Amino acid sequence: MIDTASVADAGRPALGWRTLSRSMRGGLKGGEYTWAVAFVVPYIAVFLAFVAYPVVYGLWMGSDAGLYRELFADPIYKSSVVNTVLYLALGVNVKMFLALLLSGFFMRPGRWTKVLLLIFVMPWAVPQISTFISIHWMLNGEWGFLNNVIYRFAHVEGPSWLNDRWMALGSVIVSHIWKWTPFWTLILLAGRMAIPLEIRDTARVDGATGLRGFVHITVPLLANLYLICTLLSTIFLLGDFNAVTFVSGGGPANQTHVLATLGIRDAFEIAHPRLGVAAVMSALPLVIPLVIVLMRKLRTAEVQL
Amino acid sequence: MSTITAEARLSSRSVARASSAVRRRRYLNRLGTAVLSVALVVWSLAPIYNMVLISLEPEGDVFTDHIWPRVPSVESFWGVLTQGHWYLEHFWRQFANSLFIGAMVTFFALLLGSLTSFAIGRMRVRHGWLVSNAALLTYVIPASFLAIPFYRIMQNYGLANNPWSVIAALVSFATPYAIFVFQEYGRSIPIEVDESARIDGASPPQIYLKIYLPLMAPALVAVGTYALLLAWNEYLYQFLLLSSKSSMTVPVALAQFLSSDQSPWNYMMATAIIYAIPPVVIYYAFRRRMAAGLTMGGVKG
Repeated sequence: MIDTASVADAGRPALGWRTLSRSMRGGLKGGEYTWAVAFVVPYIAVFLAFVAYPVVYGLWMGSDAGLYRELFADPIYKSSVVNTVLYLALGVNVKMFLALLLSGFFMRPGRWTKVLLLIFVMPWAVPQISTFISIHWMLNGEWGFLNNVIYRFAHVEGPSWLNDRWMALGSVIVSHIWKWTPFWTLILLAGRMAIPLEIRDTARVDGATGLRGFVHITVPLLANLYLICTLLSTIFLLGDFNAVTFVSGGGPANQTHVLATLGIRDAFEIAHPRLGVAAVMSALPLVIPLVIVLMRKLRTAEVQL
Repeated sequence: MSTITAEARLSSRSVARASSAVRRRRYLNRLGTAVLSVALVVWSLAPIYNMVLISLEPEGDVFTDHIWPRVPSVESFWGVLTQGHWYLEHFWRQFANSLFIGAMVTFFALLLGSLTSFAIGRMRVRHGWLVSNAALLTYVIPASFLAIPFYRIMQNYGLANNPWSVIAALVSFATPYAIFVFQEYGRSIPIEVDESARIDGASPPQIYLKIYLPLMAPALVAVGTYALLLAWNEYLYQFLLLSSKSSMTVPVALAQFLSSDQSPWNYMMATAIIYAIPPVVIYYAFRRRMAAGLTMGGVKG
C-alpha cells in the first residue's frame, strides 16, 4: 500500500522534486496542452453521454415518492428483497471462502495441479449464457441430467428443482458459485503468489505450518485483498442479471426474482419503467456506502491485486 | 550390553512407528488430494458435459433418461452451421453481429483507454484525477442498474435496434477498467523516455503512437481480451436494444429459443457450444498475458 510517488520523493531533495513536477505540469506548452485535452475529451464525452446522463435520467425517473409506496405494496417486491439478501449473503461469502481455500490448494507444486487449474477455470471461460442455459436444462425435473444421474445411482426420482421457490433460489446461488469461484480463486492465487517466499520460509522454520501458517501468515497478509474482492463481488452480484434470468427465470410464479431482474421485469414485461427504476433504486442505501468504501480502497490499494 | 541393545531396539521401534506415521500421513494427504481433484473435475465439468451430451443427441432422444449419448450424432451441429432449423435461419448473421460488437468494443475500449491514460498518466494534464475518479465510479456501478434509463435514452436518440447503441454501452463499461490497468502498467515505464523524445522534438501524437503504444503492448493484449470477453458475456443490453432477428446477437437468439414452448434442446446446446468456442480459445491462448493484467473484475456482470 506504499504510494510509489512517496517512495520516489524520499530519495530526492523535496524542493527539487516539487519544482520539477511543477515545471512538468507548467511545461505543457500551448500546443501540447491542446493535445492533452484532445486526448481526454473523447472519454469524457462517452462518460457524460452514456454514464452520467443515464444516471441523472434514472434518478429523475425514480424520484416520485408515490412509486415507492406502490413498490412496497407489491408482494413480489418483498420476496425479491429477501431473495437479494440471501443471494448476496450466501453467494458472495460461500464463493469467496471456497476461493480462499482453493487458492491455497492450487499453490501446491506439480504438473497435475496446473492441469487441474486449467480444468477448474473452464466454468469461467465458457460464456455465461451457454452455461446457465445448460444448467437450466440439467435441473429439469423430468428429463434433466442431474435427476437422470440420481436415478441411475440411487434409484429414486429427484425433485423438480426449479418448481419450488427455495430450491430454485438455491440452484441460482449454486450456479453463481460454480461460475465465479474460479475467477476469484485466480485473483487470490495471484495474491498468495505475491507473498514473499522468505516470509513463508521464516514462518515455517518458526513452526507456523499448516493451519497455524494459514491463520498467522496467510490470513493477515491476504486480509485487505480479500476484503476488496468481497466488496467488489458484492456489487457485481447485486447487478447480476444473467444467473437468475437463465437458471430460474425468476420463477416459479415470480418468486425468485432479485432486484436487478425485478427492475427489468417491471419496466418491460408489465411496461412500467418508472417502477422498474424505483425497484433498482431501492438498493441505493446499500450501493452508495459500498461505492464510497470501494472507491477509497481501490484508489489507495496497489491495484495489481 | 543388554540395556544398550534394549535401547537400540526401542529406538528402532519408535523410528519405525514414526516413519509409519509419516507414511500414513502422506498416504492420507495423497488420498485427500485425489478425492478433492476428482470432485473438482466433476463439479467444474458437469454443466459443460451436459451441454456436449445434449448437443450430440438426435432430436427425439433429448427426452430420455440416459447419461451418455447412445448414438452420438453431429446432426445438430450440422443443423446450426447450415442454418437448417427454422429457429436458426439467421445464425451466421447473428454470429457476425456478435463478432462485430465484440471487435468494436475491444477497439474503442483500447483506443479511449490508452488515449485517456496517456494524457493523465504521461502528459499529466491538469485535473486528470477527476477523470480517473469518474472512471472508477463507472467501474463500481452495476451496469444492469442503468439499463432502463439507457434504453429510454437510446430510444430518444433513435438508436433502437442499432448495434452502435450496444457498443456505446459496453464501451462505457469496459473503458474504466482499461484506464485503470493502463495507468498502473504505465507506472513501470520511466517518464524520462517521454521526456527525451520531447526534447528531440516529438509531438504528443508521435510519442503516443511510436513510444507509448509499443511499450504498453502487454497491457493492451490483456485489456483487449478482457473487453472482448465482456462483450461476449453480455446479455441484458443486447436483449433490450436489439430486437429484430437480423440485428440480434447469438445470446439473444438463444434466449428466444428458451422462451419458446418447443425448445429444440439439441440445437440450442450446439449453438451454445459454437458460441463458446471463440472466447475459450482466446482465453486459453492469452491466459498468461492476461495474468499480467488480471486484476479486479475480470468480467463485469
